[in-house]
Amino acid sequence: MASKIGVYVCHCGMNIAGTVDVPAVIEAAKAMPRVALSKEYKFACSDPGQEMIKQDIKAHGLDAIVVAACSPLMHEKTFRRAVEAAGLNPFLLSIANIREQGSWVTEDPAKATEKAKAIVAGAVFRAARQEPLEMRSVEIHRAALVVGGGIAGIQAALDLADSGIPTTLVERQPSIGGYMAMFDKTFPTLDCSACILTPKMTAVGQHENIKLMAYSEVESVSGFVGNFQVRIRRKAAYVDHTKCNGCGMCMEKCPYKAPSEFDQGLSQRRAIYVPFAQAVPNKPVIDPATCVRFKGKKCKTCIKFCEPGAIDFEQKDSVEEVTVGSIVVATGFQPMDAKKIPQLAYGRHPEVYTALEFERLNNAAGPTQGKILTKDGRVPQSVAILNCTGSRDTNYHEYCSRVCCMYALKYAHLIKEKLHEATVFDFYIDMRCFGKGYEEFYRRLQDEGVRFIRGKAAQVFGGKEYKAIANAAGFIDGLEDHQLVVQAEDSLLGKLIRVPVDMVVLTPAVEARADADEVGRKFLVSRGADGFFLEQHPKLAPVSTTNDGVYIAGACQGPKDIPDSVAQGSAAAGKALGLIARREVEVEGTTASVVDELCSGCKCCLTLCAYNAISFDADRHRSSINEVLCKGCGTCVASCPSSAIKAKHFTDEQIFAEIEGLMSM
Amino acid sequence: MDVATPFIEVANAIVEAGGKDLNLCYQCATCTGSCPWGYVEPLNIRQLIHLAQLGLEGYESEDLWKCTTCGTCKTRCPRGVGIIDLVRSIRMMIGETGLIPLTLRSALGSVRGDGNPWNGSRVERNRWAGPLQVPIFDKARTEYLLYGCCMASYDVRSRKIVEAAVRVLRAAGVTFGVMGQGEECCAESVRKIGEESLFERVAGSNIELFKAQGVEKIIVLSPHCYDAFKNDYPALGGKFQVVHIVEKIASLLLLDKLRLERPVKAKVTYHDPCYLGRHNNLFDPPRMILSKIPGLEFEEMYRARELSLCCGGGGGRMWMETKFGQRFSDLRIPEALAVGANVLATSCPYCVNMLQDSRLNLNKEEAIEVKDLTELVAESLV
Repeated sequence: MASKIGVYVCHCGMNIAGTVDVPAVIEAAKAMPRVALSKEYKFACSDPGQEMIKQDIKAHGLDAIVVAACSPLMHEKTFRRAVEAAGLNPFLLSIANIREQGSWVTEDPAKATEKAKAIVAGAVFRAARQEPLEMRSVEIHRAALVVGGGIAGIQAALDLADSGIPTTLVERQPSIGGYMAMFDKTFPTLDCSACILTPKMTAVGQHENIKLMAYSEVESVSGFVGNFQVRIRRKAAYVDHTKCNGCGMCMEKCPYKAPSEFDQGLSQRRAIYVPFAQAVPNKPVIDPATCVRFKGKKCKTCIKFCEPGAIDFEQKDSVEEVTVGSIVVATGFQPMDAKKIPQLAYGRHPEVYTALEFERLNNAAGPTQGKILTKDGRVPQSVAILNCTGSRDTNYHEYCSRVCCMYALKYAHLIKEKLHEATVFDFYIDMRCFGKGYEEFYRRLQDEGVRFIRGKAAQVFGGKEYKAIANAAGFIDGLEDHQLVVQAEDSLLGKLIRVPVDMVVLTPAVEARADADEVGRKFLVSRGADGFFLEQHPKLAPVSTTNDGVYIAGACQGPKDIPDSVAQGSAAAGKALGLIARREVEVEGTTASVVDELCSGCKCCLTLCAYNAISFDADRHRSSINEVLCKGCGTCVASCPSSAIKAKHFTDEQIFAEIEGLMSM
Repeated sequence: MDVATPFIEVANAIVEAGGKDLNLCYQCATCTGSCPWGYVEPLNIRQLIHLAQLGLEGYESEDLWKCTTCGTCKTRCPRGVGIIDLVRSIRMMIGETGLIPLTLRSALGSVRGDGNPWNGSRVERNRWAGPLQVPIFDKARTEYLLYGCCMASYDVRSRKIVEAAVRVLRAAGVTFGVMGQGEECCAESVRKIGEESLFERVAGSNIELFKAQGVEKIIVLSPHCYDAFKNDYPALGGKFQVVHIVEKIASLLLLDKLRLERPVKAKVTYHDPCYLGRHNNLFDPPRMILSKIPGLEFEEMYRARELSLCCGGGGGRMWMETKFGQRFSDLRIPEALAVGANVLATSCPYCVNMLQDSRLNLNKEEAIEVKDLTELVAESLV
């Protein structure tokens, strides 16, 4: 047991010292058992702060160190290095978190000081019982996995592959490309979205270092940083893609149709289909929900017209396992269902469109060959674009979706470009044009004559509905049944205004995917209150996660435009690459181990281990833990009915000592 | 253009008076764009809030008394501002200076003196129960207190609703009684007018009385009483199980304790009362009940459920005169006719009253009837 403990209380500028009476904590610490010295310092994490600790260890022969400062997540590593440099085992350090668990959450200075004393005492009692442990190093598998084939995932996969890393890219849909493939133009440069994306898609398809697994999903992930085992389910396409030459005859001849997902239901695709012409891979899949053979009928059209004989109705899902050193999760977002806002009439009136619907309507490869037309084929004379559909709204999503202001401007431009005579109204709360070239684009659109109305559109009526409910005072001259009326207060005028238009385009919030929770659990990535995946640090570790070796990129982390998604894709690839380049990684020494003579062989622990680190020796009837796989989470320790599993650095003795310390103040 | 200097003390006083969300408003104007006054004579609630944020003159204008507390703006407000609480707290401040509209003063005086806003005599309260042989509540024999609302006691039209409720509840074997003359107005609207102290006194007296009599469960006919008992009384120590008659009927139908077998030949549309729908999310039970009445044909209006149009009677407006051309209920009758309805059903005595008035004023007696849902249910009993 340690007998000469050094205690260092950090001011953290005013972060701690502003609330906690640091000298009082120092005095209290001096009286704690086995404390040899107790000091304060303005910023303990600074070089001189660390130097002081190092010299004290040497000069006074300290055999355990307590640093009362911020969360161990912030600086445990810093102080462990300092302790180690002074010749002490790094596991003889204990951090007392008096900032996040003390000064930041306790307003009353007196209470915060008492709390800090208790936390320090807990750490002192525990530190006395800590034991030296060894870090281990593990080899890193030289391969990477990218999940999600949108622009962020494509960028990450290309960057990794270009660096010579064998990379598996998994995409759930039959083709990569994501939402960007659906867009017509990109803001603010008005590049043709497909024109800049498809070269990257093709590069993925042809890259010697990329194994593209489209129409596939990650089923499970096991292992740990440097050595993840990933099971990937490839969905049955009912087409043998090794035989298919992509001629497209099957799709031309197939007699059964379903709404095209890619065209947002505005056009039809066949039961055997590729989502869009530039798809990668450009090989069709059969949708069993639409193909009548799955309903017991005897159609053979595709079989008959397939020259290479690639159609295979016997095909089954297949599962492959890959081992990778690091993972990039780039699973993207989904647009909010606009039907959740009944007053905006989406789903009730045919001329109310979502943003994605409008992207397809405006796209040369879309259902109208790029002509902006109403469902009954008229050229709209006026269009209203409604910003903040479910964004910046505590009823739906409190956050700003960050892309809508800009694509609303883009739509306004595209409408003005195609329909010179049309009037475009943009209803906004605040125009948020923060990116490079964005404010300039806003000015350009004002110059193009877009009518900006400051006021969130409160209500959309169908023309017919409106006529039925409006009284004489609300009569709108010339309003036709097929038109719409957008109602808002123009807050700059202080007047209620009603604008009759032929078409309304909504801007549904960017939200976390419906299965984000499930995906997060697979990759052990946690989610924030907004539903998106949580980065390790919002400023300093934006693509890292709390799961070592797993990185996040793109809109799965939060709403993002294309430049930001690409930047994150590259950033995540860089982090993944940096990890792989290290060849080996140090793993915490805080693992669990089984006390052989206490294990009853009940197997309770086996199923609970999230890292598959526990195996069972049937001959000896005992569990044993693979320390390389063990992450030290403690689940098995808590579950063992015989108390046969010990967690190093978190032994019962240490935890009880910490509690005793906490209670002693 | 006027020059103004912010008077932050006033803004702070509004926050103190209960308008805690005042500073959250980011002036998106959803409220003004959603307000039912927009159909007749727009009310700029957004600007009122901004004036209040800066403590500037104008927040206390006459417009303040137009708000019917229908909740359309509040439920849509993207910042989650309790706009009704805000209006209430501004009214409270104005009330302290005595600048309350005259008609409201009279109603408040009546509540203060006689326990009802209709200048009715106390002895009239719950007198309707006598001829119907509804007993006085007795916790040993009656499970529910039937709280008829001041409307049942002092308004002829509303008495028919309570009569229907009595028939329906009896048919299902529910035991209930009334409180007699001691009970007072629920004071829901009193609170919305900003008369917090009167509300607390009246509500407190009800709570004391109900508790003394051992009341645990209350059936109410008015969504306004419902809202007060359910959402306001608990803070004053009155925690009762409150059910609106619509909820009670719906659960009796689900439990098969009530059978609706007599066909009601009518084309019905339903007007969601603000305090039942938007305020308390009871959108489905009324429609479920209508679907169980044989022979009845149902058609939704455009402004249904969350989009429902206020009748104009909430927030104290029931006791104020609304000029012809400004009555929301006048817009509702043609809307119901437009979907081909010959019965406009609702489940609130205020709504019934307002819509009934409009039906008569617009000379539509022949075309459409206004009924409470409970009355339709009673008609369908064998």
